[in-house]
Amino acid sequence: MKTKMGPMAKKEELYFYLCISPWIIGFLIFIAGPIFASLFFSFCNYDVVTSPDWVGIQNYKRLFSDPLFWQSLKVTSYYSLVSVPLGIALSLIIAILLNQNIRGLAWFRTIYYMPSVISGVAVSLLWMWIFNPEFGILNFLLWKLFHIQGPAWLMSEEWVIPALIIMSLWGIGGDIVIYLAGLQGIPTELYEAAEIDGANSFNKFLNITIPMMSPVLLFTLIMGILNSFQVFTQAYVMTGGGPHYASLFYVLYIYQNAFQFFSMGYASALSWILFLIMLALTALIFKSSPLWVYYESTRER
Amino acid sequence: MYLLRSKRKREVLVKSFVYVVLIVTSIIILIPIFWMISTALKEDSEVYLFPPEWIPKNPQFGNFKRALTFIPFGRYFANTSIITFATMVGTLLSSSIVAYGFARLRARGRDVLFMILLSTMMIPPQVTMIPVFALFKLLNWTDTFKPLIIPNFFGGAFFIFLLRQFYMTIPIELDDAAKIDGCSYLGIFSRIILPLTKPALATVAIFSFMWSWNDFMDPLIYLNSRDKLTLTLALNRFTGMYGMTAWNLLMAASLVVALPCFVLFFFAQRYFIQGIVVTGLKG
Repeated sequence: MKTKMGPMAKKEELYFYLCISPWIIGFLIFIAGPIFASLFFSFCNYDVVTSPDWVGIQNYKRLFSDPLFWQSLKVTSYYSLVSVPLGIALSLIIAILLNQNIRGLAWFRTIYYMPSVISGVAVSLLWMWIFNPEFGILNFLLWKLFHIQGPAWLMSEEWVIPALIIMSLWGIGGDIVIYLAGLQGIPTELYEAAEIDGANSFNKFLNITIPMMSPVLLFTLIMGILNSFQVFTQAYVMTGGGPHYASLFYVLYIYQNAFQFFSMGYASALSWILFLIMLALTALIFKSSPLWVYYESTRER
Repeated sequence: MYLLRSKRKREVLVKSFVYVVLIVTSIIILIPIFWMISTALKEDSEVYLFPPEWIPKNPQFGNFKRALTFIPFGRYFANTSIITFATMVGTLLSSSIVAYGFARLRARGRDVLFMILLSTMMIPPQVTMIPVFALFKLLNWTDTFKPLIIPNFFGGAFFIFLLRQFYMTIPIELDDAAKIDGCSYLGIFSRIILPLTKPALATVAIFSFMWSWNDFMDPLIYLNSRDKLTLTLALNRFTGMYGMTAWNLLMAASLVVALPCFVLFFFAQRYFIQGIVVTGLKG
């Protein structure tokens, strides 16, 4: 590009870089630099106190034969695979119901979003108490309403992840708000035209609502997966990864290695693997998106 | 005529079904919060009653005082407030000026840089966590509030993106007119853009408050001394101190920690909704 720039344009460019300089500096110090540093650490023995010691691919070799690495990957994937689609489906259903010209919309929205403003630690403590096998409200209600003897939830290897999934559904308010706004943005003419053509509710949902919402669904799917791989507070506060590693989430395992065992090199290798998995998943979703995401080519208004 | 009536009947039926589902799910959402409040007001002996009591016979408002005097709550409240307030100031200052650059000023490389900014939102924070920790350790900043505050003075990608979206909605002609009148770029920023986007700034302030107030992992990594803890750290330690028994006090303490966020949410709800919608939809 060799276009001549006038003094005004040059001044504008200078001011642009001046304005964004805080971000550029922050990006270099807190993101770009650390990414390469952690790649370097992942090939080292490193405990923060002494300087890093190059060991080649040893950390990565150790990783593949580490049963806890595989366990944490399994736990996190299980949680992610169930909680993300379930959360999206439930929030979409509720958003569609909220969009039926109902009264008290603001009230419902407030209630659904309310749990999302409470801190992760407080939410974790509350649900520990709810999941208490003997005195918790959940098992009491299960017994009272359905005569089901509830499981030991957080103390059961089998039920600890389902418990955390249930807890995650309590916080779907943000997605409901996003979907509701998306639904309100769909032109009503589309539905009216379909009705004239004799479409029933299910046709309309499948052929109008889903395609029109697909970009939003794509966005929330990606963010949901990224977030589900970030689970830390719940696991740290509620279970500590137990019982018997049944809730050893990936980030908890990184934290334990880095700040409890001070194996920063190994933790860096773990975090790079996480980074690569996230990149691969995001790329996969984006690559597949032309198949199921509908973008309006010409949008009026 | 008959057809019309049956259609109307069906509509009423569908509508009632919608209300039933919404009300039932709302109740399910509210039960844990109700249970939290109810537990917080129970007498020690009532906590472990089975079947549980939904409404305590003698609401013990003294539980809040007991919970808050057991730990140096005032100290932790002050710590958390300092960190949160400084974070808000840093975020507002840096993100607004960076967003102005991206939204309003033309320059070579701008679009590439903006793509980079967006992609940083996808990077798991764990990848940068260890080197950043090493850096702060090197500076001898661990066990101080600095690692929790200083990074916010360099703009957060999420907030820059949010503000840019808002700035883009202001007609560019306003800038041009101001320029002709001899207004500088910083003048345009402070006299036109900022005053016109106060709601957006409120949204940024609220989200940065919430995230900083509720943050757990960063304080856990950086703060150790007893007098430097934040409220979330204190809450977590509280469990160990009471040996997992005094659920009434634990719930009382949790409620107090959550209270500022509840209050903020009820009074500034539209800013919350706006923030979620703008970043979620136009992402």
